[in-house]
Amino acid sequence: MKIVILVKQVPEADKVAVDPETGTLIREGVASILNPYCEYALDQAAKLKKDNPELKIEVTAISMGPPQAKIALLRCLELGADKAYLLSDRKFAGSDVWATSTAIKEGIVGLEPNFDLILAGKQAIDGDTAQVPAETAEQLGVPQITYGVDVAINDKRVEVKRETETGYQIISTKMPALVTMSKGSNIRRVPSMQDVLEARKRPLKVVSADDLNIEESKVGLSASPTQVDKIFAPPSKSGGQIIDGSDPKAAARKLFDYLRENKFLRA
Amino acid sequence: MLNVDIETCIGCKICERVCPFAAIIVEPETKKAKVLEGCTLCGTCVGACPVNALSIERKAVSEEEIALYKNVFIWGEWEKKEDKKVIKNVVLELLGKGKDLAEKLGETLAVVLPGNDVGHLVPELFHHGADKVYLCEHELLEDYSTDGYTSVIASVIASEKPSIVLYGATPNGRDLAPRIAGRLALGLTADCTGLDINESRQLVQTRPAFGGNIMASILSPYTRPQMSSVRPNVFPKPEADVSKTGVLEEVEVILKQVSIRTKIIEEIVSHEESINIEEANILVSAGRGVGSKDNLEYIEELAEAVNGTVSGSRPLVDLGWLPHPQQVGQSGKTVAPTLYIALGISGAVQHLVGMTSSDTIVAINKDKEAPIFEVADFGIVGDIFEIIPEFVKIVKEEQAKEIN
Repeated sequence: MKIVILVKQVPEADKVAVDPETGTLIREGVASILNPYCEYALDQAAKLKKDNPELKIEVTAISMGPPQAKIALLRCLELGADKAYLLSDRKFAGSDVWATSTAIKEGIVGLEPNFDLILAGKQAIDGDTAQVPAETAEQLGVPQITYGVDVAINDKRVEVKRETETGYQIISTKMPALVTMSKGSNIRRVPSMQDVLEARKRPLKVVSADDLNIEESKVGLSASPTQVDKIFAPPSKSGGQIIDGSDPKAAARKLFDYLRENKFLRA
Repeated sequence: MLNVDIETCIGCKICERVCPFAAIIVEPETKKAKVLEGCTLCGTCVGACPVNALSIERKAVSEEEIALYKNVFIWGEWEKKEDKKVIKNVVLELLGKGKDLAEKLGETLAVVLPGNDVGHLVPELFHHGADKVYLCEHELLEDYSTDGYTSVIASVIASEKPSIVLYGATPNGRDLAPRIAGRLALGLTADCTGLDINESRQLVQTRPAFGGNIMASILSPYTRPQMSSVRPNVFPKPEADVSKTGVLEEVEVILKQVSIRTKIIEEIVSHEESINIEEANILVSAGRGVGSKDNLEYIEELAEAVNGTVSGSRPLVDLGWLPHPQQVGQSGKTVAPTLYIALGISGAVQHLVGMTSSDTIVAINKDKEAPIFEVADFGIVGDIFEIIPEFVKIVKEEQAKEIN
């Protein structure tokens, strides 16, 4: 059985900040990491592999990104992927959701056409759009189940515990299918020294648009229905009252008065 | 492609300074701008270049084709509450914003309402601003399914040609909208915090981008309809006008069991998970500053004193101290209570985008530089573990006084 994991390299978001004067991103010291939700998908794949040895599960990680995204794919190999492909080409620059999912679809069709299951993170923490997996599933013509927290293989079907607004659903569908993963019981594993050494023996290949016979007109900015018009610093609200809390009793009294004045506390 | 007109470039390095991705440099040898690998074609440098030496090659728009698309559509999502089907609040919020967009365009506002036995929801949609409702009823639409709902809505869009389609960014909305975008090869902008119409009659979609630290306005210049999703609580819900009515069009739905490829085996409603922070009036929210899971007691005590509901920021959820449905912020929920009390929350932008629409924001944090104070109406620079017990004591004393 073949599992494909879709992954993305993202900036370690908490550490990105905007220069208040110029309104541009302060990049110094911002590390790139493998998107955490992708790690949950990898952990799920590792569990499926362990629980179903008879299925001889083979895990392939695929990402699209600049050459340095190889680091994220190396991490996938450390976390149990058997091989990894990075779709990287200047022609992909400026790709929005549609153009990205087109490139990924072509990558899957060209590199791992006989997949049974695609696992992806429910969203990437840089854009948080949660759109690429679903658009990829649509372009591949396979069913999708989003917000999965647990996945089981049952003959030709995949059974997923899915988060809903009021609790959970158990949903099943026939494979091939795509499932996106929320956290659930999956963890962000820390690879062992042996995992790290093993990973370096596994194949990690960079693939270009030409390697996949993707026409330039189908990807990148020119194929993207959405385009960034401009970027700007988030608006800030001001004029609040800030008081010193070194005397907790006095500060608590002022807070109480403020809340009562504004009728948040029943008088 | 980002093109540099070498003749015009004066090597002033403004592009180098403004690029958020360090993807353009002025080469020391040539003193001319050069585009590097990391360019995302975001256009910042194009706007900043003082001599107009930078340009992005874009496709031409066919104005005639685009003019064929008219009217604003909204997906009419409903949910079951105690076995009754009710319209989700976010749909009403979108009707308010949608009306505004439709008026600017001089077009009409319609709701596409797929479901089984949902005709009773139509009047409420008219009352909140819909001019028209496409009622798409079929027994296979009793429960939400990706395949069933995508097929029905995509076919209404294909035949009716709206210029804009809006979706609530609920779990099912985020499952459905990209599927429709994928089917019709359309753009889709997720989690918009602002929607407007520009002078070219295009939908300007504003959302947090690049990790939520910056805002981006996004256009879909070449394709129609323009599609966006919006989270609950971002736009205000319009007043209902019960005298208002509209046009009801019943759409004939052709759907077969085999075309719905997923099967719901079981539905589990969990009590703990159903705390709905999106609907709470007062939220008492904890951040990394609480230090330990046991310290959440302080937060709960304060919540009880002000009659509020407990929520939290991402780190607490990542650590497993709070369940994900209680997370406020970009990867959690967007909330807009009348009072939001932030305790030990520094206020990373990802958190701020999830709560800045709150009517009143109170923050207590040790660090006076914490960004949360920039959005707070009332802030205390101090220790939450010292101030909360004092505050709770005062509330109790005052309540006791009133009883006497």
